[in-house]
Amino acid sequence: MANSNSKDGSDLEDFGIEYASAIESTSLVTIKDKYGLFIDGEFVSSSSGKSFETLDPSTENSLSVVTEASSEDVDRAVRAARASYEKYWKKMPGTDRARYLFRIARHLQERAREFAVLETLDGGKPIKESRDVDLPLAAAHFFYHAGWADKLEYAFPQRKLEPHGVVGQIIPWNFPLLMAAWKLAPALACGNTVVLKPAETTPLTALLLAEVIRDVDLPPGVINIVTGAGATGSAIVEHPEVNKLAFTGSTEVGKLIQRSAVKRNLPLTLELGGKAPHVIFEDAALDQAIEGVINGIFFNQGHVCCAGSRLLVQESIADNFIDRLQKRIELLRVGNPLDKNTDIGAINSKAQLERIDQLVKAGIEEGAEVFKPSCSLPENGYWYPPTVLTGVQQSHRVAREEIFGPVLVVQTFRTPEEALEKANNTPYGLSAGIWTEKGSLIHWMAERLRAGVIWANTFNKFDPASPFGGYKESGFGREGGMQGLGAYLKNSGGRS
Amino acid sequence: MKMPTSNITFGKTGSSIKVIPVDEVSLEARAASLATRSIKTSSKKAALHLTIRCIDLTTLEGADTPEKVASLCQKAKRPDPSNHDVPSVAAVCVYPEMVHHAVEATRNSKVKVASVAGAFPSGLSTIEARTADISDAVKRGADEIDIVLNRSAFLSGDEQRAFEEIVASKDACGEAHLKVILEVGELGSYDKIRQASMLAMAAGADFIKTSTGKIPQASSLPRVLCMAEAVRDFAYQTNISVGIKAAGGIRTAKQAWHYLVVIGETLGSEWLNPEMFRIGASGLLNDVLLQLNRLDSGSYSGPDYVTVD
Repeated sequence: MANSNSKDGSDLEDFGIEYASAIESTSLVTIKDKYGLFIDGEFVSSSSGKSFETLDPSTENSLSVVTEASSEDVDRAVRAARASYEKYWKKMPGTDRARYLFRIARHLQERAREFAVLETLDGGKPIKESRDVDLPLAAAHFFYHAGWADKLEYAFPQRKLEPHGVVGQIIPWNFPLLMAAWKLAPALACGNTVVLKPAETTPLTALLLAEVIRDVDLPPGVINIVTGAGATGSAIVEHPEVNKLAFTGSTEVGKLIQRSAVKRNLPLTLELGGKAPHVIFEDAALDQAIEGVINGIFFNQGHVCCAGSRLLVQESIADNFIDRLQKRIELLRVGNPLDKNTDIGAINSKAQLERIDQLVKAGIEEGAEVFKPSCSLPENGYWYPPTVLTGVQQSHRVAREEIFGPVLVVQTFRTPEEALEKANNTPYGLSAGIWTEKGSLIHWMAERLRAGVIWANTFNKFDPASPFGGYKESGFGREGGMQGLGAYLKNSGGRS
Repeated sequence: MKMPTSNITFGKTGSSIKVIPVDEVSLEARAASLATRSIKTSSKKAALHLTIRCIDLTTLEGADTPEKVASLCQKAKRPDPSNHDVPSVAAVCVYPEMVHHAVEATRNSKVKVASVAGAFPSGLSTIEARTADISDAVKRGADEIDIVLNRSAFLSGDEQRAFEEIVASKDACGEAHLKVILEVGELGSYDKIRQASMLAMAAGADFIKTSTGKIPQASSLPRVLCMAEAVRDFAYQTNISVGIKAAGGIRTAKQAWHYLVVIGETLGSEWLNPEMFRIGASGLLNDVLLQLNRLDSGSYSGPDYVTVD
């Protein structure tokens, strides 16, 4: 790894105490030179013979070559899923389906280190996040849904429940394994079989999951994993034998999928972009609120659909709060994602880096003031420093468009009404955060904020039992909890 | 400085101090995440030396003798008799009755003499008696005075009295440095720790200190983080830098590093020295010495290779 842990952030260093460059060992992980498509329980090659590279975004080194699934390959995968649905999965009692899900969860726990290191290598996120958030949550989703598999009639009583059949699932690059878990676990628990497409920049943990799927003896064809980019995804979306679609990703692609799905009246769940307001009232626990704001926008380099990217801070404390926030940002450690002391890792791809850069420049042109800490960035790889834009108006592009990077825009407000008006004035509505010590104000805001997830005095907390999803251009349908479960069943009464 | 409070203003002169609430869940999460930082092997020696330089080597037993205090002072001056690289500790901390023995034994060294005073550890006697106790310890030669916050007054809502007593204690200290022990284990919430910290600092404390060491609930990382955030806020509001002393229950070098990380990442390097940060301990020093020996020799020696006192 060529990266240095650049400006070490910590003032401890001035005193001659440096944090160890505590690099997680990659010896646990074996990355193959080339990966096939996982169809009908086996790794197979593509009919077209096409492939693409996947990189370590922190070094730009190639990690492996991955097969690009053609529409014929997708067709093969869908047919395998259909056959498996008819032959095994539809008939299998819920208790037995649960057994497989429990096994997958346990295997994920046992191989957590290996998965975490691979996730960090392929995606650029800090190891402390893949280790402490992605992996435990991915396992938790399988455990949670394993528990439901034989209790579906209690979750949705008095209904003639049925799985949809073959489900097409397309997931993003920001939480590769976790999003796979969010999608696969409820689909399988409800008796569906799946064709899953991981994002083209981060396919490796899904392909490692394929190994787990084989190791737990899941009947062949229940989960099929096809790698590729937009064309592969659209082959899944357009396939006539797919009975249900679930997509997490950009609003732009989500709209295309919706257009296609609506023609065939296909059940669809969309979890799209966000521009979440993070509202700080003057009476808040400010030191913790600052940590919350940091976590809200810099977690996973801001590659989080529910990131708290719009800071709304009450006028009376604004200068003070921003001053303290900037001091805190100076301490963030940007660098090698495999270093256990790293707070902010690499930007996932060159394309994303360019988009972030372009939007920040647009913000500056429109009159925003920019703050970046004095940290230096590694030379190779894709990096963007944690950034704060102040003096932002509601009409600025940076206040309206999703940046999906470590960039926080700051606005102020005087009254709760004004905070609410600004918070809701966005095409998105995925999440929101409120910081105040006054309980009644939390309730007043939460009732009126149009967002699917609202955190009070915390941010970015997830649990499989808690439904997650958006309003407006952030999508529809929920994932997690009973609401998410119902989306994978016919006649559950919920939106599926 | 006026007494800090969110809505009432009273106290001496100057501007009032604002007290910010604390969110328990996020505070503890932050402390836990700081405890996962790892220190570079090549920096461990510097960290261990810094730890030693910040120690207030303490004996506060009814059974203390002049002999024991003399022995403690010797250890304070030269913690490892076989290795002259090892620095001396910041101070020895004793009862007022023992101060002159400690002054005698630390003469011609950098080791300061700290004395608990003011009806330690409860603080429950008249303020006249307590200030007399402080004056007496100062007269005997103490450089630093560790007093307790009047939790009885503070927790029953009479913050003004608690504040004024610290002001009076500070006056009685004269040139000596005043450390105010909040006894965090008795305060019941992080909000109260934050309030007590602000109150003590506004009343003139040179240091705020976690605990007496006389109750089971003593220093912990989140509690010290809470106090460090208060110190940071006080400096922000007043430009006055107040020191922090963590005491009670800190026994291992690793625990001490976690405190250094919390202080360093919250307050910065200006606080990583004995003028601004202390660890009050009796057992810690020997563990640090064992770790230092290990860094030099590559193997652990046993407890008999360091002196008991």
